[in-house]
Amino acid sequence: MASTSSFFRAPTRVQLREWLDGYLFALPFIIGFLVFFLFPMGYSAWLALQRWDLIGEPVFVGFANIQKALTDELALKSLYNSAFYTIFAVPFQLVIAFTLALALTQRIRFKEFYRAGFYLPIIIPVVASAVVWQRVFHPDSGIMNNLMGLFGVPPQKWLSDTNLVKPAFIFMSFWSIGRMMVIFIAGLGNIPQSLLEAASIDGAGKLRQIISVTVPLMTPLILYNSIIALINSFQSWIPADIMTEGGPENSTLFVVLNIYRQGFRFFNMGYASALAWELFVIVLGLTLVQFITSRKWVYYEQ
Amino acid sequence: MTKTTLTPRKIREYIGLGTLQIVLSIAVFSFLVPTLWMVSSSLKSSTEIFANPIVWIPQEPRWRNYVEVFNSPALPMLRFAFNTFVITGLAVLGSVLSSAAVGYSLARIRFPGRDILFALMMATTLLPDIVMLIPRFIVFRNLPMLGANEAAKFSNELLNVFPWMNRPTWLDTPLPLIVPFWLAGTGLYVFLMRQFFKGIPMELEEAAVMDGANRWQIFWGILLPLAKPATVSVAVFALFQHYNSYLEPVIFLNNKDNWVLSMALRAFNDTYNSQWELVFAASTVMVIPMIVLFVLAQRYFVEGIATTGFGGR
Repeated sequence: MASTSSFFRAPTRVQLREWLDGYLFALPFIIGFLVFFLFPMGYSAWLALQRWDLIGEPVFVGFANIQKALTDELALKSLYNSAFYTIFAVPFQLVIAFTLALALTQRIRFKEFYRAGFYLPIIIPVVASAVVWQRVFHPDSGIMNNLMGLFGVPPQKWLSDTNLVKPAFIFMSFWSIGRMMVIFIAGLGNIPQSLLEAASIDGAGKLRQIISVTVPLMTPLILYNSIIALINSFQSWIPADIMTEGGPENSTLFVVLNIYRQGFRFFNMGYASALAWELFVIVLGLTLVQFITSRKWVYYEQ
Repeated sequence: MTKTTLTPRKIREYIGLGTLQIVLSIAVFSFLVPTLWMVSSSLKSSTEIFANPIVWIPQEPRWRNYVEVFNSPALPMLRFAFNTFVITGLAVLGSVLSSAAVGYSLARIRFPGRDILFALMMATTLLPDIVMLIPRFIVFRNLPMLGANEAAKFSNELLNVFPWMNRPTWLDTPLPLIVPFWLAGTGLYVFLMRQFFKGIPMELEEAAVMDGANRWQIFWGILLPLAKPATVSVAVFALFQHYNSYLEPVIFLNNKDNWVLSMALRAFNDTYNSQWELVFAASTVMVIPMIVLFVLAQRYFVEGIATTGFGGR
């Protein structure tokens, strides 16, 4: 293959025709990338250095927006809220999804029904789910207090108690683990049965097989799911906007909710852009950290 | 026939599987409870809604709740359903066609810069929506509505159906929710199509070239029909994505005439906050199309997720 030389040799007519076809078929993306990604990104970077309320002229303010994004009390609170939510929600989501996937790959009946049931919540539109869960957590008529009452737990004000509202949101997030579960089920189907049988012959019980064979082989998918879950959790905001409007006392003012308000309610377009870039850097950084630390625990078959 | 002997190990296994079956049944039921509660509450009377202990099944289903949802004077739900239908339909069509075309070029045509395009395309998937939305808002605020204004001048009827056509810019029109997706706006769909096209043997194309077919004929006549599993997966994911979308409509749409269901449901929740039965009925209305879609296309949903790792919420 002389692929390296194709740049230096004059292309033939046939080749030129192929290039043209390539650019023509890729044209939607090329235009879309320039208009809806590249230009907005550059514009947003420029905007982060301006003060602009959409009405007057933008005023250059240097790094003032960025400094504010790093020091403002509300901005820091929103970072804390999203970090808290993510740190507690993601590991539990992974454990629940993995456990369910394991259970659904055993020799049991009604697998299809179970899978559909666990999957159903993620096809419920997010606004509808927020509207329903707002009432699930209602102190008097919600089913949460009602069901917990069966176990003798006194009624709680889930969404208006600053100590309970984040746990309530974390609990709610366990409802939407269907996608993770499906990915785990697919991965479990690819584990060679011979390895499990070999372990079984060596006297390993079910639990031992899971810990020593299944989990190591699943680590690449665990990494994948944890990266996606972390990105999604850190950017979650719609349920908070609908169920608590960021309250009580800004306990559920998550990062994107803060950005959305700064941009589209208070029209601080420059500051909102700076906050958005801060979010991007944080999410990218966390993803990189996950990749780097993954070398220590992810097992890749040779 | 010899009877299978029940070794202690076998017995333990059966007990284990039986227990698992029971635990899973309880678990799946608890996952379904919020949805079942929503549907059953949508048929309750207001006294049943707030009854203590909870009424799980309404004495007499009140279908009138649904009539009231659609007759709400403040929120014309049929209008919103129509808007959602138009926007979602066009965005899905654009997503499928543009990601198929781009995916095809990235998978099967050799041209300089292809790998860079592919890398850029993957990079777009990493960007948080909110980073793009602030500057896009300003882009759409400045894009003139070329053509649409003129069309609106000619036909008042068109203006009645699509009242946004006489807006000065793209803001507060459905275009920001449609046009980017005709330009391969969702990188993951391009990726999905590319991966599928890569898996089809090249000989097929070479034979077609021998027969004198041009690139478009090969794409449209041979490869696209072969890629049906991938295009259906993209269509199903895109349908879900655009029907579910909330952030973009909230930012780009303003006038109530243009609202979609996700925004309307939020407003419905605020307006009828204490009339739970109506809020639940409105939620059920929004959920039902997705459940129908799920039942019809479950295979594509689940297979799509299993092979690509994304889709759904």
